[in-house]
Amino acid sequence: MTKRTDSSERRKRRPPLVLVVLAALGLSVFVMPLLGLLARTPWRDLPTLLTSDVVVDALRVSLIASLGATAISAVLGVPLAWILARVEFRGRAIVRGLVVLPLVLPPVVGGAALLFALGRRGLIGEPLNQATGLVFPFSIWGVIIAATFVAMPFLVISVEGGLRNLDSRYEGAAATLGAGRWTVLRRVTLPMIGPSLAAGLALTWARALGEFGATITFAGNLQGRTQTLPLAVFVALESDRGAAVALSLIMVVISLTVLIALRQRWWGAL
Amino acid sequence: MSPPGVGESDEGVRAPLRSNGVCDREGSTVRRHQAITVGVATAALLLSACGGTGQSTSDEVLVSAASSLTEAFAEMEIAFESANPEIDVVLNIGGSSALREQILAGAPADVFASANISNMGLVVDAGDVEGESAIFARNRLEIAVPVGNPGGVTGLADFARDELLIGLCAESVPCGDYGQRVLQNAGVVPAVDTEEPNVRALLTKIEVGELDAGIVYETDVASTDGEVTGVEIPDGDNVHADYSIAVLTEAPNVDGAAVFLAFVLSEEGRAILANHGFVLP
Repeated sequence: MTKRTDSSERRKRRPPLVLVVLAALGLSVFVMPLLGLLARTPWRDLPTLLTSDVVVDALRVSLIASLGATAISAVLGVPLAWILARVEFRGRAIVRGLVVLPLVLPPVVGGAALLFALGRRGLIGEPLNQATGLVFPFSIWGVIIAATFVAMPFLVISVEGGLRNLDSRYEGAAATLGAGRWTVLRRVTLPMIGPSLAAGLALTWARALGEFGATITFAGNLQGRTQTLPLAVFVALESDRGAAVALSLIMVVISLTVLIALRQRWWGAL
Repeated sequence: MSPPGVGESDEGVRAPLRSNGVCDREGSTVRRHQAITVGVATAALLLSACGGTGQSTSDEVLVSAASSLTEAFAEMEIAFESANPEIDVVLNIGGSSALREQILAGAPADVFASANISNMGLVVDAGDVEGESAIFARNRLEIAVPVGNPGGVTGLADFARDELLIGLCAESVPCGDYGQRVLQNAGVVPAVDTEEPNVRALLTKIEVGELDAGIVYETDVASTDGEVTGVEIPDGDNVHADYSIAVLTEAPNVDGAAVFLAFVLSEEGRAILANHGFVLP
């Protein structure tokens, strides 16, 4: 996917100094906060902090919710991306706009909107509650729904991009050779968009792991049930800064490890 | 839905940027905090916004007040300014602990009005209070339920009912600490479903009916104008939230600050506080 420049060619095309300086400044925007975090880390207390109940509970809730949201996004988001990429229909631009809306909407607004829609007194939540007894807010399902809402757009965008760049003649060829539609999808389409799918899944998961605003607004905050790592950080900042920094460090390490590992293995598409 | 206090508890609260009160003092603020990030553009903006008024620093009293005082102190400002037209009160409203952090970081406020004693205590300990602090108002706690009381909540004992959705404030904020003490007094182990980051977030979730009950301040229930229903907590179980006020050592306008503090403690000031549901000491 990425074109490789050989080393002699690279030497000849040394990047302009202005670009290097600006790029370094750009990088510093990401690195500076990390340095701040490391400077405030209570290294000596770290083992105790990392094994405390709050941290372990938050880690568990965060992993369940982010993986759950990624799974739901894959099941629902891939078909959505396929429809958007392959089917011509009126209002496609509107549908695409709706899909990416959570990317620009403040998560708190998203959380409030979810509450008004799926809350116990919500537009859909109330009849659903009366029919089935289900209550989403203040439960792990609320956390998963909030995370799915903010994270699924990454999957849809990424997979839709992959499908658009795919040369549909391969699928046509498979079909002429007698493959059914499912076989084409399974054996040709999905493998060919593999890198976009992997990148989409990674971004979706990372966004879900970091989700804060929609979660605290829609799902509330209770240790062991709905308190994710970001929520635990937020609460700890007011009472126990050491714990807050330790929690933040966990998030940075997990996210960075996964994103770098994925980048090296599959993630050529982005 | 109130935003969950983004920036209330992070380092951002130390920054000397306030929605009010920057006009006459942005020079000293920038110097004192070396807030280089504020930048020339912002300074120019502030100068252009404030340049024409011709006010000198001594005319202004900057009051850092707890957010539960929002309505009461807004009225206090109007009454004070009509009695003292030469002094301009500027309110800097925020969470008590966020305001405390600002003051400890050297933000140039004249008066600090805290929703609890411990935040004032930390400011006193740092040597930042001029003279003595005074308790000027008390708040009590109250159970808030949605209109119609769908959970049939009649008292603190209902907080143990697992089938109800119960909310409290997080223990790191004063209302959460008070709420836990109230429940302890009543000997109730609550079946909590959420610990909200601030009292207004809790109030909103009760207002929209997603929670069946929560413990908030009496003045919060009053401020919703009937959007939630209050259920009284008996005196034996209730606790008082003490509001403390003081003039700050580094106040740019010590005289004006003293006049304002005296006004808050005066009969007129007390009447305003009582009007907003505060209990007077």
